[in-house]
Amino acid sequence: MENDLGLWVIPLAILGGAIRVSTPFLFVSLGEVLTERSGRINLGLEGTLVFGAMSGYAIAYLTGSPWLGVLAAALGGAFFGLTHGLICSLPRVNDIAVGIAIMILGMGLAFYFGKPYVQPVAPDLPSINFGWWSDVPQVKAALRVNVLFLIGAALAFGMWWMFRATKVGLIVRVVGDSTDAARAMGLRPALIRTLATAAGGAFAGVGGAYLSLFYPGSWNEGISSGQGLMAVALVIFARWNPIACFGAALLFGGAGALGPTLQSVGISEGYYLFFAAPYVLTLGVLIATSSPSRAMTGAPGELSITK
Amino acid sequence: MTDHAAQAPLALPASSRVLGQVARRAEAVVLPVAALLVGFAVFSIFLLVQGKSPADFFALTYRAGFGTAFSWQNTLSRTAPLLFAALCVALPARLGLVIIGGEGAMVLGGVAAGAAGVALSGAIGLIALPLMAAFAMIIGGLWIGAVGALRYYRGVNETIASLLMAYIAIALMNHLVEGPLRDPESLNKPSTAPLPTPLRVGDIPGWEVHWGLAFGVLCCVLAWVLIDKTTWGFAARIAGGNMRAAQVQGLAVGPLIIGFTALGGALAGLAGFFEVAAVHGSANASLASGYGYTGILIAFLARHNPLAIIPVAILLAGFEAASGLTQRRMDLPDATTLVLQGFVFVSILMSDTLYGRFKIFTPERWRTGDGK
Repeated sequence: MENDLGLWVIPLAILGGAIRVSTPFLFVSLGEVLTERSGRINLGLEGTLVFGAMSGYAIAYLTGSPWLGVLAAALGGAFFGLTHGLICSLPRVNDIAVGIAIMILGMGLAFYFGKPYVQPVAPDLPSINFGWWSDVPQVKAALRVNVLFLIGAALAFGMWWMFRATKVGLIVRVVGDSTDAARAMGLRPALIRTLATAAGGAFAGVGGAYLSLFYPGSWNEGISSGQGLMAVALVIFARWNPIACFGAALLFGGAGALGPTLQSVGISEGYYLFFAAPYVLTLGVLIATSSPSRAMTGAPGELSITK
Repeated sequence: MTDHAAQAPLALPASSRVLGQVARRAEAVVLPVAALLVGFAVFSIFLLVQGKSPADFFALTYRAGFGTAFSWQNTLSRTAPLLFAALCVALPARLGLVIIGGEGAMVLGGVAAGAAGVALSGAIGLIALPLMAAFAMIIGGLWIGAVGALRYYRGVNETIASLLMAYIAIALMNHLVEGPLRDPESLNKPSTAPLPTPLRVGDIPGWEVHWGLAFGVLCCVLAWVLIDKTTWGFAARIAGGNMRAAQVQGLAVGPLIIGFTALGGALAGLAGFFEVAAVHGSANASLASGYGYTGILIAFLARHNPLAIIPVAILLAGFEAASGLTQRRMDLPDATTLVLQGFVFVSILMSDTLYGRFKIFTPERWRTGDGK
């Protein structure tokens, strides 16, 4: 192996990996922020992510347009979110348990319908080369940024602004903080939560389309191994703040890139342990940021996991 | 539990009181069965839309899962790990905890049993097997007990933590069976060294089903006794109803949470032991077979009642045992079972909203004519 960069390859690859790997985390966690800010938790986003990856890939392959694939993934995700939201609107139904059921159903349907699409090759989503100024191939590779990453970053800031300064943001926050206050204002909490869950599902679906249409860029049953779930945990770490989600997604992306990076430079010892790094990081972050007393700063008041 | 409170002031004659008891019990049977049938119905529509025949599907499943002595053996062998996996969900559920990472405890319990078997390969089965089982249970208990401890001491959400720990457990298992614990002779499928014959768990005499089934059924009965007949179980049910009220009452909520999660994890670990000692013969990646996840659905279908887990586990084991044949014959993808489970799961959770809605199941409303 010949390169002049020496061990600099590793941080460079992790930076590139952070940008590449973080996008699904970013979309799922933004979707979950929206859902949780309205007072519900949707643990089913792992299944939604996988279904988004499958439907995005299938539609991109059939139509030849990756953007139609992204649209299909968003619609599929919105459908699962809507299902979750409607079921949870029934009295005495537990949103966490429904999330588990939706996770299983989403994966089941994705694997069921995705079987014919494991072999064919679908067109990739376009990306922009920010590394044009460099001659070093590793730098070029690291700075090849996908359009969806940029859209996700813009969405994070947009959502932050929405919660701060718009009527829609305020409505979602009121519903999430107190069902009674929302009713007193004449709002319909169940409806608003259902819509927020559907929108959150659409975000997660787009995250899935990124997985199958850009990185790793193919569809198979092992395409997601817990990214959707980690993104849900990441929301707690980010304290329900969309911009913090962006930072956290980059961090988790870097951790996710650790295993493949070390493998690419020939370190295969303990490969599986490095592969587990994102899960360990997520758990560590959860332990560090949770609190045994019930008040968690920034937490929506009606959220079941913080009660 | 509300039904205990409601019984006391009931001034009905003895005969109707018995009838009332029956009605309340009936609700806990009729609604889950109805939800199961609705799940099957939705799945049938799903198949019809694909142009496949649901009648064929269920007939084939019946034949391959329950139709012959051979298919019963297959079904019952798969029942054993499902019983333990479901208990790992049902026991903590009594405290209101949703633990979904039993798969992790099962996988690590299997690795622990495999490793202990290698270390004890010279010993006789009577000594080595209990030690292997104990080691598997300790590892599994520590794994899920840690989730309970994190919940109690740090307020970490147990559902997310347990699933994360399941992913970590599988990575750990891969690391161990491909690295330090690998038998150099296992070429295609990295495994621990095969267990010598005396360290293998055999079949129940005359059944051709390994002993894991008997122990699984026994554990279900014991878990039922623990929950329904002991003070600990009573305390757990109170804490599950209202954690903060239980704490105010002076119940030791911490030991209850850690104890019940650790017990659930230990049982999942025991499932791993039986998978290694009775089925695979060594610990390898086959341990991560998804039994832990099917166990979640079984526990919810059984409404976390350990005795109800037994028939539900047999039913779902039959569907899994039959899946290979059914899918081949009908040209369906492997994920068909998962789709069916997903529909049933959604249906059973939706049925939660129906409890107490039907007058026939609620004796308090029998005498008042307005149905209130």
